[in-house]
Amino acid sequence: MSADLLSDLTVFVLSLLVGFEVISKVPATLHTPLMSGANSIHGIVVVGAMLIAASVHGPLGYVLAFFAMAFAGMNVAGGYLVTDRMLQMFRSRPAAADGRRAVARGDGSGPR
Amino acid sequence: MSVFDTVVRLIYLTAAVGFVLGLHLMNSPATARRGNQVSAAGMIVAVVTTVVVIVHDKTITGTGWAVLVAGAVCGAGAGLYSARTVQMTAMPQLVSIFNAVGGGAAALLAIDDLVRSAHVIPRVAVTGALDIVIGGVTFTGSLIAAGKLQGLIPGRPLVFPGSRLANPLIAAVFTGAAVWLIAQPKSTAALILMTVAALGFGVTMVLPIGGADMPVVISLLNAFTGTAVAMAGFVLENTMLITAGALVGASGSILTKLMADAMNRSIGNIVAGGFGTGDSAAPVTAGMGSVREVTADDVAIQLAYASKVIFVPGYGLAAAQAQHEAAELGELLERHGVEVDYAIHPVAGRMPGHMNVLLAEANVPYPQLKEMEEANTEFPRADVVLVVGANDVTNPAARRPGNAVSGMPILDVDKAKSVVVIKRSMGHGYAGIDNELYTDPKTGMLFSDAKKALAGLAAAVKTLVGS
Repeated sequence: MSADLLSDLTVFVLSLLVGFEVISKVPATLHTPLMSGANSIHGIVVVGAMLIAASVHGPLGYVLAFFAMAFAGMNVAGGYLVTDRMLQMFRSRPAAADGRRAVARGDGSGPR
Repeated sequence: MSVFDTVVRLIYLTAAVGFVLGLHLMNSPATARRGNQVSAAGMIVAVVTTVVVIVHDKTITGTGWAVLVAGAVCGAGAGLYSARTVQMTAMPQLVSIFNAVGGGAAALLAIDDLVRSAHVIPRVAVTGALDIVIGGVTFTGSLIAAGKLQGLIPGRPLVFPGSRLANPLIAAVFTGAAVWLIAQPKSTAALILMTVAALGFGVTMVLPIGGADMPVVISLLNAFTGTAVAMAGFVLENTMLITAGALVGASGSILTKLMADAMNRSIGNIVAGGFGTGDSAAPVTAGMGSVREVTADDVAIQLAYASKVIFVPGYGLAAAQAQHEAAELGELLERHGVEVDYAIHPVAGRMPGHMNVLLAEANVPYPQLKEMEEANTEFPRADVVLVVGANDVTNPAARRPGNAVSGMPILDVDKAKSVVVIKRSMGHGYAGIDNELYTDPKTGMLFSDAKKALAGLAAAVKTLVGS
């Protein structure tokens, strides 16, 4: 096993562990945006598609590169936009209404 | 390593840090949007750096540029357009399609590399084969999943004679082809056989799985794509692809497990498919007693004079696109001084957290959205619980062993003082069994479409409270 492969493997395993650690803390409320957000991160495949397009020659290569580029571009651009659209809808209530709500709940209903 | 290469590697590292930080910021609703922006910034940095690398390397041909730009414009254009115009209820399908193309792109990278290289070293052959298999399965599997959610393909489990044998058989074919390809990396026949078998496997894997299980499947396929991208990183010797792919592989796996746990199913059981056909329906011991039917006016009176109302929105609400009507009724009651909460089961809607997105779209503030555990401490204090289009997740039978929902975490709706269920018919839920909640004497059934019923209730409450 070459040194390069070994260091790539190290990066792979450690990234998996980081992924588990970072993600297992996300509340269920955000699971859909998270799934969509993670989905856009694997849009990083666009970098691979660009590098392929830069080195291919011949018709088959160009066709493969075109589809790789189009697929990856759709994944990355659409993924981030749709995640943002979802997340911008997560708003807290305006402060004034929050106050009224607190009063409405001050009816001895106990700690929440 | 030249200075240029070093700088490029360091910038790629920054981008990877952006992805991790971005995911980390998604921990809380308050910072989630910024998290996505940080992640997007990392992506932009990575893409711009790659453009610089391509210009610097000077290996690209004019046609190469044309292909690159044309592909980017077509793909990004289609992605941006659909992301901007999609209905929030159709979100899961779109995520699935984005996931499909991501997996497809990852597979294409490896195919191109194997076709082009004059001499394929073993590491590229092995990771390339894995990339093509995983990417291929993801591509067709995600498209089928999206088709099922969109209703283009029947949502029920499609089982054909011998279908139980098909999956292991096709799996054996692509495994064999992969071994062949690793032994003879330049064999076009092996490459084609493996690719076709992987694409076929995606279809036969997802077709027998019921529509309600699709969220778990999409999440699983999302993890697959991450892994495929990481494999593409091994093929192209690009550390950033490995890092980002592995991150997504891990996140998708965690999500998949959380979702499966919430449905009290194992991932293996879901992937085995065939669930929800009705053949697994166990008779409920209590039998189906009579139900009490109520009218919108009765319910409006109950709601208007309650001090605490909890909404339990489910799949039916999402399907009827009634989130705005629910939010409107909730706001009306709040203005009238009624305390309103929304109890969200982890698998309500079509994906975990989907219901939260739908209600957020309808401007329900997220502090009002209670997760299951918190909601379960609140039900005993609720005067009225309004169940809209949710079924199995409220079935008290889950607390008893020996039926299809046994052990599933449920919302303790039956602990409330009274319950109103809005439902179109007495039809069964996904688990195919009767819901004992409906025959509970304190439960009233309002048979109607969720959207119409909620709008009707809001109108009736308005008349009552005169606002």
